[in-house]
Amino acid sequence: MSKTLFVLVRNPLSLIGLMLVALVVFSAVFADFIVPFPEHQGAVVDFLNFNKAPEWPYIFGTDLVGRDLFTRIIYAYRVSLILGIVVLAIAVPVGVAIGLAAGYLGGWTEYVLMRITDVFLSIPPLVLAMSMMGLLEPTLTNGMIAVTAMWWPWYTRLVYNLARSEKEEGYVLAAEVIGASRLHIMFREILPNCVPSILTKMTLDFGFVILIASSLSFLGLGVQPPTPDLGSMVAEGAKYLPDSWWLTVFPGLAILIAVFGFNLIGDALREILGVDQ
Amino acid sequence: MKTPTLKIENLKLGFKSFSGTNAVLHGISLHIAKGEKVALVGESGSGKSVTARIVLGLLQEQKNAKINGGLEFEGRNLNAMTARQRKELRGTDMSMIFQDPTSSLNPVYTIEVQFHEVLKRARPDLKRAEARALALQALADVAINEPERVLDSYAFQLSGGMNQRVMIAMALANNPALLLADEPGTALDVTVQAQTLKLMGKLVEKHHTSVLFISHNLGVVREFADRVYVIYKGNIVEQGKTETLFDNPRHPYTRALLSAVPRITGGGIPDIDDDPAHFSAPLIAHEGFSEKELLA
Repeated sequence: MSKTLFVLVRNPLSLIGLMLVALVVFSAVFADFIVPFPEHQGAVVDFLNFNKAPEWPYIFGTDLVGRDLFTRIIYAYRVSLILGIVVLAIAVPVGVAIGLAAGYLGGWTEYVLMRITDVFLSIPPLVLAMSMMGLLEPTLTNGMIAVTAMWWPWYTRLVYNLARSEKEEGYVLAAEVIGASRLHIMFREILPNCVPSILTKMTLDFGFVILIASSLSFLGLGVQPPTPDLGSMVAEGAKYLPDSWWLTVFPGLAILIAVFGFNLIGDALREILGVDQ
Repeated sequence: MKTPTLKIENLKLGFKSFSGTNAVLHGISLHIAKGEKVALVGESGSGKSVTARIVLGLLQEQKNAKINGGLEFEGRNLNAMTARQRKELRGTDMSMIFQDPTSSLNPVYTIEVQFHEVLKRARPDLKRAEARALALQALADVAINEPERVLDSYAFQLSGGMNQRVMIAMALANNPALLLADEPGTALDVTVQAQTLKLMGKLVEKHHTSVLFISHNLGVVREFADRVYVIYKGNIVEQGKTETLFDNPRHPYTRALLSAVPRITGGGIPDIDDDPAHFSAPLIAHEGFSEKELLA
């Protein structure tokens, strides 16, 4: 573990990734102490300072009702991170368990589980999430449900393929021979050998979850105002381009930083852990 | 005569496929007396390993396998047992060692953790510290000099010979009645293989464990086994005491098999009578070593 960290820090690209992610996480966690106008995360209006270009103390400018953009971006990070964590915390265990069962048990179990997975995979992810959000009320919780529903099949696919190849390894046969239970073999023998791949995919996916959630709210199907969200901020600002450029550019950059950071770390992890996809 | 550890009678195996059943074993009979070391010798695909998998009860769970014939383990009928009962036997009363010791150990756990799991099969409430003490003793028995270090290592940090000895120690840890050795050490170099097999021979005698030794390596079999069954295309073709069978092979297939052993002095492989019609000649049992006489 410490070795992994060491290699991460030595490679310039992954070091940048690590710094970007650290920046995002730090600002999300300590948002209350960083931002100049904590009250601007909610429904506040300040028409004296509306639509201002970046100037002190509004370093990223203000939005159409006079709220500080910097404050809102930092709080939006918090929302995005919570969403990413919750989505992965549900999608990964579900996807992994189904993939393990299908890959190791085989037969009808495999057939039924993988065809269900294929059905989910065959629908373009954003379309699936959009239709779900269209049916449900657009709230943060429902956004998480929609993104989770489109995310777990990818883990099922990944772990299914890994389990299929691990199943042929000597230690699985050796475990069968000493009478280990199926659950033991799935979760104690095969799963630990899949962890590097799962971890790598999770890191890469974290950025994508943020991106998808932003896409949803860009389309008006995600988090609703006044909760700050990067996607809806970009969508809002796009109407006033190019004059009020800061309304789109800063939230857009914020998305870029988060997604880019997680991707750089994911790529580095993939190389360090020797995972090939 | 006492109940043999393992008795196989007229065992037949076929795999069902779309085009019908592919027969793999055509009715083989063999037995292993208590504490006896018996070798099953044959070329690849002759049915050696499937025999072991049937004894362990692994093949019975495969739907396309059709198994017929008598299977008795310590006088208990394996066919009459449920899958669960057969599973109970694995790891406690029967155990198995494989070709490649390093891949038989899970790379993500230390030897200690895996030893503990093996011991827990027989004693589910075994504490970690007790397991460690038992494991240390077991590793010392297989002539491992630094058992402490080995227990804290991962399989990939140890040499193949070391892993092989660890596997032997694990296989015998629960004092099984029967050890199935499927070409043990084939993945190792010859000197290490010889050492570990000698060690294994001594240990199974100490534990009074019966061994079914599956191999294509005739030199190793000659060193290790008390009795030999030669199997060819799912039929036992010759059986007898190791020395007499090696000194005086009577079945054409055994003769061909023995003359195919490469000589270190060179000269290539001699002309072998490889007419398959001769190889299908009926079973030849050496005097006093037929199933009937031995089980009488």
